[in-house]
Amino acid sequence: MTLARFACAIPFALLVSACAPNTTSAPASEPGAPAPLSAEGDFGATLQGALINAKPGDTIVMPAGTFALADSLSLDVDGVTLRGAGQGVTVLDFAQQSGAGEGLLVTSDDVTLTDFTVRDTKGDGIKSKGADRITYKQLTVEWSGEPDETNGAYGVYPVESKDVLVENVTVRGASDAGIYVGQSSNIIVRNSVVEFNVAGIEIENSTGADVYGNIARNNTGGILVFDLPDLPVSGGNATRIYANQIFANNTRNFAPAGNIVAGVPSGTGVIIMANRNVHVFDNAFENNRSAHVLITAYSLPFTDAAYNPLPRDIVIRNNTYSGGGDDPQGILTPLAEALGGALPPIVWDGVSTWPGATEAQTVNLTIAEAPEVGFLNFGIPSYPLDPATLAPSPDRPASTPPAEPAAIVLAHVKE
Amino acid sequence: MRAAALLLAALLAGLVSACGLAKGGGPDMGVILAEAPAEKLSGYGLFADMADAVPAAGVVPYDLINPLFSDHAAKHRLVFVPGGERAAYSDNDVFAFPVGTVLVKTFAFAPDMRAPETSAYRVETRLLIHKAAGWVAYPYIWNDDGTEAVYAPIGGKRTIETITPAGTPLTIQYAVPNQNQCKTCHQAGDALSPIGPKARNLNHGGQLEDWVAKGLLDQLPPSAPASAAVYDVSLPLEARARAWLDINCAHCHKPDGSASNSGLVLSATETDPVKIGIGKHPVAAGRGAGTLFQVIVPGAPDRSILAYRMASTEPGVAMPELGRSVPDPEGLALVRDWIAEMEPR
Repeated sequence: MTLARFACAIPFALLVSACAPNTTSAPASEPGAPAPLSAEGDFGATLQGALINAKPGDTIVMPAGTFALADSLSLDVDGVTLRGAGQGVTVLDFAQQSGAGEGLLVTSDDVTLTDFTVRDTKGDGIKSKGADRITYKQLTVEWSGEPDETNGAYGVYPVESKDVLVENVTVRGASDAGIYVGQSSNIIVRNSVVEFNVAGIEIENSTGADVYGNIARNNTGGILVFDLPDLPVSGGNATRIYANQIFANNTRNFAPAGNIVAGVPSGTGVIIMANRNVHVFDNAFENNRSAHVLITAYSLPFTDAAYNPLPRDIVIRNNTYSGGGDDPQGILTPLAEALGGALPPIVWDGVSTWPGATEAQTVNLTIAEAPEVGFLNFGIPSYPLDPATLAPSPDRPASTPPAEPAAIVLAHVKE
Repeated sequence: MRAAALLLAALLAGLVSACGLAKGGGPDMGVILAEAPAEKLSGYGLFADMADAVPAAGVVPYDLINPLFSDHAAKHRLVFVPGGERAAYSDNDVFAFPVGTVLVKTFAFAPDMRAPETSAYRVETRLLIHKAAGWVAYPYIWNDDGTEAVYAPIGGKRTIETITPAGTPLTIQYAVPNQNQCKTCHQAGDALSPIGPKARNLNHGGQLEDWVAKGLLDQLPPSAPASAAVYDVSLPLEARARAWLDINCAHCHKPDGSASNSGLVLSATETDPVKIGIGKHPVAAGRGAGTLFQVIVPGAPDRSILAYRMASTEPGVAMPELGRSVPDPEGLALVRDWIAEMEPR
């Protein structure tokens, strides 16, 4: 009876896909699961009302269908699960959104978001702030059409949170980062697909992240590990990037000019900037036209006395590299031209100090790849860049490999 | 039979007059401290007369030196502190109000905001109530007759036709925030907090002294801080611009506010130039940064993200994110003048 009524409420095409076997849809009903919200009337108001009235432990079930939402949504109740009928089956469409920036904002702990799509938000797709032990899984966040400067910045955007899981998520079209984890700790991003974003996955000013099993393709840059100055949380460290497929991240950089990722050269696989203890291993790199791995200092002026702009304790080992480096873009174009036009798979700016640095700094960069894997040190002494001071070298620096961080364990996730 | 009917009528009459008494008798602590919000605004007993907006005894009107800009709405504020108790004074923070305190803010429009009392009508009233477990925020939307307001946890929209104080005709899609959006602005760490009732916002026209005299506030120092009135041109430009940012932005742009992760701190008490935005690069602004590189470029308002976002009405770009659908032209001019006056670097 319930199922029949539910079925009648959704368009026929969706009904077929929702009922067809072997789709990505979630089970129509679990024992004891609450009935889906009504799809009739103003669904945005129905859903926002359910999010406000939820009690800890509740599951809110969204029906199949595409719902045009005029306002952003927010959840501020701990322990709530928000579940749709599947990626692409329950679609929250924000193309006509007015008001606040993001599609869905979560500000409570122990929340799970699963089995739905968020589309065409004006700002970020789904943001969670100060939301500990959050799980994003089986979600799609996308901006339709060609990559565009007016797309929202971040697709999946946990910030200032402890214990973050992002898995089986697809993000496409973000004008900054598809999956962005900022100012957080104890993070897993896995088994997700990021494509046609400026940055596929970005771990920024965060401590303790495992990024594995993901496909980063057709972004401007595939996977970024950054640390930035003048933020409440900095000193990002202890990230492992492993067993990812990082292919053809050659989309033009369509970030608005002022954004930090606007400087990402199109065609980069992994960028490590100003972060400490980052390990990149067992990944497959293919056809990233600028460079597969770029290791760089933060190059802009800053005043934050506690900030170290250098990458430190970096390990690059046991990855596979195929194609790429043949058409360096952005800031890498003139640098590569001075060297014959192409770049090897692994490129380091060579910067080892900055204006205002008080003592000698050690980058401690370990390149533990087969001898035939090319490496280039631009030999830039410090920023701002003065082309006259370049001292390029193919020699891998001497180093003491740092201990690899332990695997991230999330207390709220049953493995 | 007849006797029974009479008895019933008498009982009902008694009930009605009891209710009337409760209302006429002022704020109802049972309703104020109840776990759930009252369905109707009248239920709290904060008004002696709802239709004429007459506050009940013990409910005190107050105002701020500089109000937050909310699409040109007129705002009427009331405070109720339970009998026998007082708020504790603070130089920089919101006063520490006792449990049972209610802050009432009513948003009203008139057909012509140059005469805001003529044919004025109330759109919404927001309550901040200090319950035993902390502050809560409840939105209420007024009926068309202006006789009652009903609890509206998911907010609402209303088209407003008016003429601005500067004489410009304006149509606004006015948004009553939902209960979660209340928290976005009223967040202080994990809790909710009032924004306005700080010494520097209240300290004009003898208002603080009046609060002490009425028993709302425990004490006053010899000299309490006061914000610059933003449109008093006899005052320094910087003080006025910082005061505008303080009341319009700092509720989110503070270290424990909703925008803490931006690193941009716009409280009047912040002194670090980078935290205020001078020479600061955006972090997560996305297309909110437009084609610009710094929050404030000294001497160059057209190149400053701060002014760009204040001037925008586009979701994802416009700041503040909530509470306005049109820009504040005077506030924008003030902040632009301040940036223009800064020594270029």
